[in-house]
Amino acid sequence: MNEDKNEEDEEQEMVEIFVMGKRYEVPEGLTIMTALEYAGYKFTRGCGCRGGFCGACSTVYRTEEDYKLKMDLACQTAVEDGMFLVQLPFMPAVREEYEIEKVDPEEHDNVLLDHYPEVARCVSCNTCTKSCPQDIEVMDYVQAALRGDIERTAELSFDCIQCGLCSIRCPADIKQYHMAQMARRIYSKYEQPDSDELAKRVKEIEEGKYDEEMEELANMAEEELKKRYDERDIVEEG
Amino acid sequence: MNLKKLTRDIDFADKVEELSGQSLNACIQCGTCAAGCPFVEDMDILPERVFKHIILGDIEKVLEHNTMWICAACYTCSVRCPRDIDIAKIMEAVRQIVLRANIDRAEVDEVDNMEELPQLAVVGCFRKETG
Amino acid sequence: MEDSYLYYPGCTLKTKAKDYESSAMKVMEELGRPLVEMDDWYCCGAMQSLTEDDIMHQIAPIRTMCCAQEQGEEKVVTLCDMCYNVLKQANERMKENEDDLETMNDFLDEDPDYEGEVEVHHLLEILLEMKDEIEDAVTNSLDDLNIAPYYGCMLLRPDNVAIDETEDPEMMEEILGSLGAEVIENPKRTECCGSYHTVNRSDIVEKRVEDIVSYAVNEGADAIVLSCPLCQFNLDFHQRATEFELPVFYITELIALALGLDIEMENHKIDPISLLEEKGIKE
Ligand code: SF4
Ligand code: SF4
Ligand code: FES
Repeated sequence: MNEDKNEEDEEQEMVEIFVMGKRYEVPEGLTIMTALEYAGYKFTRGCGCRGGFCGACSTVYRTEEDYKLKMDLACQTAVEDGMFLVQLPFMPAVREEYEIEKVDPEEHDNVLLDHYPEVARCVSCNTCTKSCPQDIEVMDYVQAALRGDIERTAELSFDCIQCGLCSIRCPADIKQYHMAQMARRIYSKYEQPDSDELAKRVKEIEEGKYDEEMEELANMAEEELKKRYDERDIVEEG
Repeated sequence: MNLKKLTRDIDFADKVEELSGQSLNACIQCGTCAAGCPFVEDMDILPERVFKHIILGDIEKVLEHNTMWICAACYTCSVRCPRDIDIAKIMEAVRQIVLRANIDRAEVDEVDNMEELPQLAVVGCFRKETG
Repeated sequence: MEDSYLYYPGCTLKTKAKDYESSAMKVMEELGRPLVEMDDWYCCGAMQSLTEDDIMHQIAPIRTMCCAQEQGEEKVVTLCDMCYNVLKQANERMKENEDDLETMNDFLDEDPDYEGEVEVHHLLEILLEMKDEIEDAVTNSLDDLNIAPYYGCMLLRPDNVAIDETEDPEMMEEILGSLGAEVIENPKRTECCGSYHTVNRSDIVEKRVEDIVSYAVNEGADAIVLSCPLCQFNLDFHQRATEFELPVFYITELIALALGLDIEMENHKIDPISLLEEKGIKE
C-alpha cells in the first residue's frame, strides 16, 4: 500500500463492486459511501454526518467469499472486491408515542412491553446483534426489556445510533432501537440524577447568552460559513 | 381468511401429519379427548370432529371453526388418548398452517391490560397465536 | 458449587412474580442450599412449539442450556412451571434427536456447541428431596391452615417431562405436610387455569378459575397453593369475576412463613395477610 502511494504515477488499484446489480470499478480503500459517489451516485437520502454517528447510511451487502448477508454503515466500511451492495435510505419502523411524564416504571413495570408488545415475540436468534454496526448486544437488551429491566436496556443500548439495521431481519418484527430509545429516555427521566451542566446551559440559552453568535452565523455567507466549519476547534469550557 | 393462500399446493391432511408427527388414521373417534378437555364448552366443534375433517381433506371446515385456537396446549387429551395420539401436536400443526400463511390470530397491538399481565402470558399467547 | 443451585429466572420473576423469586431465594438460603442466578439466560418462550420442523423456537431454551454448560453446571433449576416445561421439552428433544442438535449447533455458530448434558429441574423436586430438613426448620407451624394444592398442566404433562404422577400428583401435599398445614384435596388440581388466554380471552380463564376455585372452597380450603406465575395470576386476578376471595400463595411463600422468614407479598391481588393474621401465622 505504502509503496503504491509513493509511486504517484502508478495506477490506483481498483476493485470490482456491484451496486444494485450493476458492475463498477472503484479505487481500493474508499468507503462504500465515497465509492458510490465515485461511481456517480449522488446521495439525497441515506447520508448525514459521514463520521459514523448519525446512523443514516445503512448498507446491506454480500461478498463472494461469505454466504452471510452483512450490514454496516456506508461511511465507515471500506469497499471490498466482489461486494454486492445496496443502500437503505430509510428504515420503515413506527416509533410509539408516549408522554414521558406518564411512563413511570415504578407504576408500570411492563411499560416497554405496553408500547412495544412485539418484544414478547423475541426468539433469541441473535440476528439483531449480528447486524449491529456498533457491536451492541441487541438481543440482550431486548431480553432485558422483556424482563422489565429498564436500566440494563438503557445501558446496553447506550451506543445505538438508530440506524435500524437490527430490525430489518428480526423474525419477531421488533423495533429494537426505538424501544431502546424509549428505555433510555425513561431511565434518564426517572432513574438518573439531573445534570447540573444541562440546567446551567439551558438557563444560559434562555437568558440569551448565545443570541448574538447565533445571529452572526445565521447571516453569514455560505463560503465564510464553510471556512469557519473547517477551521473550527472544539474547546472545553473552563 | 385467505383460503387460497393457505391451501395452495398442499395436501392438508399430509401437511398436518408431517408437522405434527402424528397419524390421524389411528383415531377411533372414541371421544376421550373431548371428555377430558377443560375447554370444550368454548370450542365450536370437538377435537375428534376436527380430525375427521382433516382426514376428509375438508380444510374449510377445520378453519372456519375455532377449536384449534381455543386449545391451550394443556396436553390433557395427549396423555389420555388410548391410541397414543398427541392431540396437542395436531392442534399446533393446524395453528401453524394458518400462522405460516401470515395470518395472525392475536392482535399484537391490541393487548389491553398490559399493566397487569405477567410477561409470560403475553409471550405464550404470541407464540401460539402469531406467526 | 456443591451446595448451591444454578437458577434460571425466566421473564416474569423479576417483576410480576418477584414475590415468588424473593421467597424462594430466602427459603433456599435458610436451608443452606442457595439459588444462584445464571450469568446469562434468555426468555424460554413460555409455550413449547410443537411442530416437528420447528427449530427456531427451540433456540432460546437451548441458548440457556449452553449458558449453564459454559458456567460448568449440569443442573438448571426453574421456579416457573412454564419455563420448566419449555426448557425441559426443548432439552429432551435435543437429547433424543441428534439431527436437531446438530442443526441447532450449526445455527448457534458464534457460540460453543451444546453437548446435551444439562438437566432441567423444577424447584419443587428439590423441595421434596429436602422435605425432612424443611420439617426440622419449621418454627411457625401452619397448623390451622387448610390449603388446596394446585398443579395445573406444565409440571405434569406431557408424560416425558412430568415431575410427578400425571393424574394423581402428591409432591405439594407432601411438602405442605411437613409445614403442618392441613391439605385439602381439590379434584380440579391438575386442570388448566386457562393459561395464555388471559391475554385476549379472559372469559375463558374466568370459567376455568370459577371451576377450580369453587371446588377448593367446597372442600373447605382457606387458600390455594401453587408454583407458577401464570397460574397464580389467573387464579388470583380473575377471581374478581367470581364470588370467591381465596388467597393464592406460591409454595415458597408458605414455606418461608413456616420457617419464620420475613417476606414481602406485593404481587397478590387478593389480600393474603388477613387470613395469615386470623390464623395467627403472621402478626
Ligand atoms: S442497536 Fe440497531 S439501530 Fe442501534 S446501532 Fe445497532 S443496529 Fe443500529
Ligand atoms: S433478531 Fe429479533 S427475535 Fe432475534 S434475537 Fe433479535 S430481537 Fe430477538
Ligand atoms: S453518514 Fe452518519 S453514520 Fe454514516
